[in-house]
Amino acid sequence: MSVNYCGDFKQSYKDDMRVMQTPFIRICIFSFIVFLYAFPFLASTYVVSTVNVIGIAVIGALGINIVTGFTGQISLGQGAFLGVGAFACSYFMREWGIPFWVAMPMAGVFTAAVGMVFGIPSLRLKGLYLAIATLAAQFILEYLFLHMDMFTGGSNGVYFPSPEAGPVVFDTDQSMYYLIITVAIMAVVFATNLFRSKDGRAFVAVRDHYLSAEIMGIHLFRYRLLSFAVSSFYVGIAGSLWGAYTQYITPEHFTIHESINYLAMIIIGGLGSVLGSIYGAVFMTLLPQVLTVITSWAAHVLPSVGDLIMSIKEGIFGLIVILFLVFEPDGMAHRWSLIKAYWKLYPFSY
Amino acid sequence: MLRINNIEVVYNDVILVLKGLSLHCEEGKITTLLGANGAGKSTTLKAISGLLKSEEGEVTEGTIEFMGEKINGVDPEKIVRKGVFQVMEGRRVFEDLNAIENLRCGAYTRKDKAGVKRDMDLVFDYFPRLRERATELAGYLSGGEQQMLAIGRALMARPKLLLLDEPSLGLAPLLVKEIFSIIRKINEEEKTTILLVEQNANLALQTGSYGYIMENGKVVLDGPCEKLRQNEDVKEFYLGVGETGHKRSFKNAKHYKRRKRWLS
Repeated sequence: MSVNYCGDFKQSYKDDMRVMQTPFIRICIFSFIVFLYAFPFLASTYVVSTVNVIGIAVIGALGINIVTGFTGQISLGQGAFLGVGAFACSYFMREWGIPFWVAMPMAGVFTAAVGMVFGIPSLRLKGLYLAIATLAAQFILEYLFLHMDMFTGGSNGVYFPSPEAGPVVFDTDQSMYYLIITVAIMAVVFATNLFRSKDGRAFVAVRDHYLSAEIMGIHLFRYRLLSFAVSSFYVGIAGSLWGAYTQYITPEHFTIHESINYLAMIIIGGLGSVLGSIYGAVFMTLLPQVLTVITSWAAHVLPSVGDLIMSIKEGIFGLIVILFLVFEPDGMAHRWSLIKAYWKLYPFSY
Repeated sequence: MLRINNIEVVYNDVILVLKGLSLHCEEGKITTLLGANGAGKSTTLKAISGLLKSEEGEVTEGTIEFMGEKINGVDPEKIVRKGVFQVMEGRRVFEDLNAIENLRCGAYTRKDKAGVKRDMDLVFDYFPRLRERATELAGYLSGGEQQMLAIGRALMARPKLLLLDEPSLGLAPLLVKEIFSIIRKINEEEKTTILLVEQNANLALQTGSYGYIMENGKVVLDGPCEKLRQNEDVKEFYLGVGETGHKRSFKNAKHYKRRKRWLS
């Protein structure tokens, strides 16, 4: 049972593509999953609620990483797509009486359809131009959230019914935790496997050199749209879970701020990396919380300086993100793979 | 002029590319560096010009001395000012600037306007084709013209040492010959020291005066180019010529593979 082989001893492509490369990693992953499910018994409600937010962020970050990190199409409309998922799911449940378990995937499909519509410009637009086009999607959708009262309740927002499974109602942090973690694990497993498949490789090919991809027979437009669809599906699911978790949704939550937050997550975590989406989601969710703890502690110990720190908390947040990018421009996932490569042959790294 | 002593280059703190490489470029001569793909030729040039930094590479051991001054770890834009100019592999002209503007960019580090103008004429004399297409956007030039432009741009900086990375890449044989004869002319007339990295061993050994052969990040053989051309191993593995002097024939059924011994 080796932790990590000291070289590349694989003899088949199947070995190469294996998700769990060594028995040790398999044990680690399964024990981590067991730990996740035992977690609510060990932690306080506050910690569990933080992990809930992280879990939703992981699903959303995976979604945007599929379109931006893997397929290379910058999307600034993710915040609004999150809203589309949440409002659609709520609408299906309230008006049509569909149970959450059906309404959530339906909301995902609906968001995917909306995402595809706004992905159409990707046929002609690249890079910054596409960013502006998807930014327009953000503003159009935000406008619709505010003005399509019968679907979204306008600026008042709407009530989001809690999911139910027989006698169990998912309306506490603990119960939602199990729902969110299960969906998040499914999302991670699906994304990991997507990029081991033909279609996943096509996404990466479109990102790395779209002309070469086209010349190999990859239908560019289809794959760009497909990436928008898969991505929006993920984000729609994340939105539905967010709605179920907060129980009340208003358009205020789905602004450009949320889009940029998600973009920051994948840039910090690592573009084009499933693990990177997880690291980024954890980092961007925990950082404000940690800062709050530190600043309130500082305000308590050093009242004169503490108040000042409290008021520039947002600035400190921005500063940390900038510093992080300066020293780790390829994201946390890249650093992690370098650390692994370094320890492989420790103490002789080469 | 340029002296590399036993350098070791590591990418990302993990991948060891150059394993104790030493070489020496004599002033006013053309030195060639030969080797298969992945031997570390381009890495050597990047180590000299300082471009390693942008690729997370690092010279961990040894020194690079240019005119008696240590230049490893110095920023690339400072190394250019010392007189080392690298012509990168694959041309890399500024596509949205025209030929003249590209050449002016090459003279970015210079202050003497008259000298720049003189050198521009000089470049046009070396490459008459560029004069014909002087006002055209570089992106619309053909591959050969772009390579000429890249070399011309380097000349505009009046470098003491010119690093040429595969100037024959993707060019027709005739054009390759033309470019190499110009390189030789530049060396003779301008007395520019040149370090030439090439895949085309035959041409490189005819152009240069001293040659180094690299394999796996090390120099395995070096010597004056005429001598290298006579070496049995070089003939067999780089020039594709058998022991008898003509192209190797596979007609003889019994064939044994010659082993590399690298004896000079």
